[in-house]
Amino acid sequence: MTAVDLSAPGTPSAPSPRGRTYWLLADCWNIVRRGLTHYRRQPINIAWQLGFPILSVLLYGYVFGSAMQVPGGGDYRDFLMPGMFTMTMAFGFINTATLVVHDSTKGVIDRFRSMPMAASAVVAGRGVTDLLVACAELAIMMLTALAMGWRPDAGLGFLAAFGLLLWLRFALIWIGVWLGLLVPNPEAAGGLFAVAYPLTMISSIFVAPQLMPDWLGWIAAWNPISSTAAATRELFGTPVAGGDTWIEQNALPMAVVWPVLLTLVFLPLAVRRFQKLSR
Amino acid sequence: MKDGKSGNGGSGTDGYAVRAEGLEKRYGEKFALDGFDLIVREGTVHGLLGPNGAGKTTAVRILSTLLRLDGGRATVAGLDVARHPREVRSRIGLTGQYAAVDEVLTGRQNLEMFGRLFHLGGRAAKLRATELLDRFDLSDAADMGVGKYSGGMRRRLDLAASMILAPAVLFLDEPTTGLDPRSRGEVWEAVRALVAGGTTVLLTTQYLEEADRLASRITVIDQGRAIADDTPDGLKNTVGGDRIEVVVAERADIPHAVKVVARVAHGEPESDETELRVHASVTDRVSALTEVARTLQDEGVRVEDIGLRRPSLDDVFLRLTGHRTEKPGKPEKSGKPEKSGDSAASEEFSTSEKGAAA
Repeated sequence: MTAVDLSAPGTPSAPSPRGRTYWLLADCWNIVRRGLTHYRRQPINIAWQLGFPILSVLLYGYVFGSAMQVPGGGDYRDFLMPGMFTMTMAFGFINTATLVVHDSTKGVIDRFRSMPMAASAVVAGRGVTDLLVACAELAIMMLTALAMGWRPDAGLGFLAAFGLLLWLRFALIWIGVWLGLLVPNPEAAGGLFAVAYPLTMISSIFVAPQLMPDWLGWIAAWNPISSTAAATRELFGTPVAGGDTWIEQNALPMAVVWPVLLTLVFLPLAVRRFQKLSR
Repeated sequence: MKDGKSGNGGSGTDGYAVRAEGLEKRYGEKFALDGFDLIVREGTVHGLLGPNGAGKTTAVRILSTLLRLDGGRATVAGLDVARHPREVRSRIGLTGQYAAVDEVLTGRQNLEMFGRLFHLGGRAAKLRATELLDRFDLSDAADMGVGKYSGGMRRRLDLAASMILAPAVLFLDEPTTGLDPRSRGEVWEAVRALVAGGTTVLLTTQYLEEADRLASRITVIDQGRAIADDTPDGLKNTVGGDRIEVVVAERADIPHAVKVVARVAHGEPESDETELRVHASVTDRVSALTEVARTLQDEGVRVEDIGLRRPSLDDVFLRLTGHRTEKPGKPEKSGKPEKSGDSAASEEFSTSEKGAAA
């Protein structure tokens, strides 16, 4: 070890010349950089994350696809793709939860909290990272779908659909953060998959609700992710299988409203859980 | 060691890096801290010693602004932790029980990220990272993922991350738990170097040897209260001075040995029938030793071993708390349910200076 002056460069404790907002954004960006560097250093992770939806596209599209029907006609694979995109967004909360629980159990969050940075940047940075990753996931899945012959309407509808998918993912970040701070260890976060899987199945992602038993179809139709799936189908110009219930008729507005409601419930819960770390 | 209630919140440290008065922290009915007092002089290593669950970690988490206190007050580097947490944070470093570095990033990426989060700015953060990697002997592993680091390297990186701003006060919460002896030595080396550079260190540990080696003053905490505060030697003296210890070859010789030892002892000698051991505290260590050795030899008692033993901090602990330090592994209530992680619950108990023979 060589003797190096340990005094810090600059005068760190001096009141920062830039405002709080600047540092909040700067801190947030540094957390995002960290998250993205993780993916760069472990590309296998994003491969895993994409593996499941791509596999599902292939399985449901080709294996079951021939036996599946779409009410009102249309190709099942065309019907399936927006559902797959929605499912990938829906499963995203597990990734958020897993990453958060890792950081909190390994003491990384404690280190951040012991530093003079903006505490909210820890959570905000997580959210922005996850949205960026969601964009990449959607892009790759859409390319896969295009390769399988999916032909959506191009234009504003396409962008709006993309936006709605991210909007759903945004709302689920807060569930992910909340759960990540709630579950005791990373292993438990893995178990969330068992909860998420039926929750995504009982929806309009794979099968139109009116083909299910009445009571199940009702639950499926009111599943928030069904609205996103139905709305994006409409916007992509692919078979919609729109039922005649109120919720199915209003898929588009509800695809905006559901994430708002989820955020209103889970954002405060997540923030409270984060603040509870110091109690 | 009580100090008055002078000063309130402003800066100016009066020579004290940490000053805590009557800290309280409750979890439901249970008090994790119950009127805990602590005073740490600037530029020293101060040991905070206590069994699992005594409140060590809780105290450190409060002083490092991670936990809110329920009662009492504390200043760190002259700043009130409750009222000026952000300012405190820019003057402290924290190295927790679990190496709080990012395992996926490289060592360099870790330090650069923390540097930027300390608001050094990109270029200064880079420079500082290189400097610290060099300082902590990690240059060769700088661009390796931390997941591949050894326990000692990881702990050194953790220390480096705590040193980015050259903190006035560094909290080291059980820095060597789970490390092998060699890595432990490396960490101690690093800590000594930091103190030479002017940093004050508050060290919590369960290893008595560690406190003995590093700390110039020790506070013993039990059940949320400081029950002693003294220098390591001072603490040892409270247990009594040196002890003479004789191990005889034959059980029949024990009464004889007791009689001989009693002549030089300070107080009644104690004997252990199974270990064939007789021991007693003595005041004049060298003459006591020579006299006992000569007398036993003259009287034809076969002696297996004879020596002087200084009391260890373990003895101090036993005397003060009524129980020995426990093995690590039992979680301590620390504001958050202990999550699994890498608590390598291992480690023998190192006591110091056992059987320092004459």
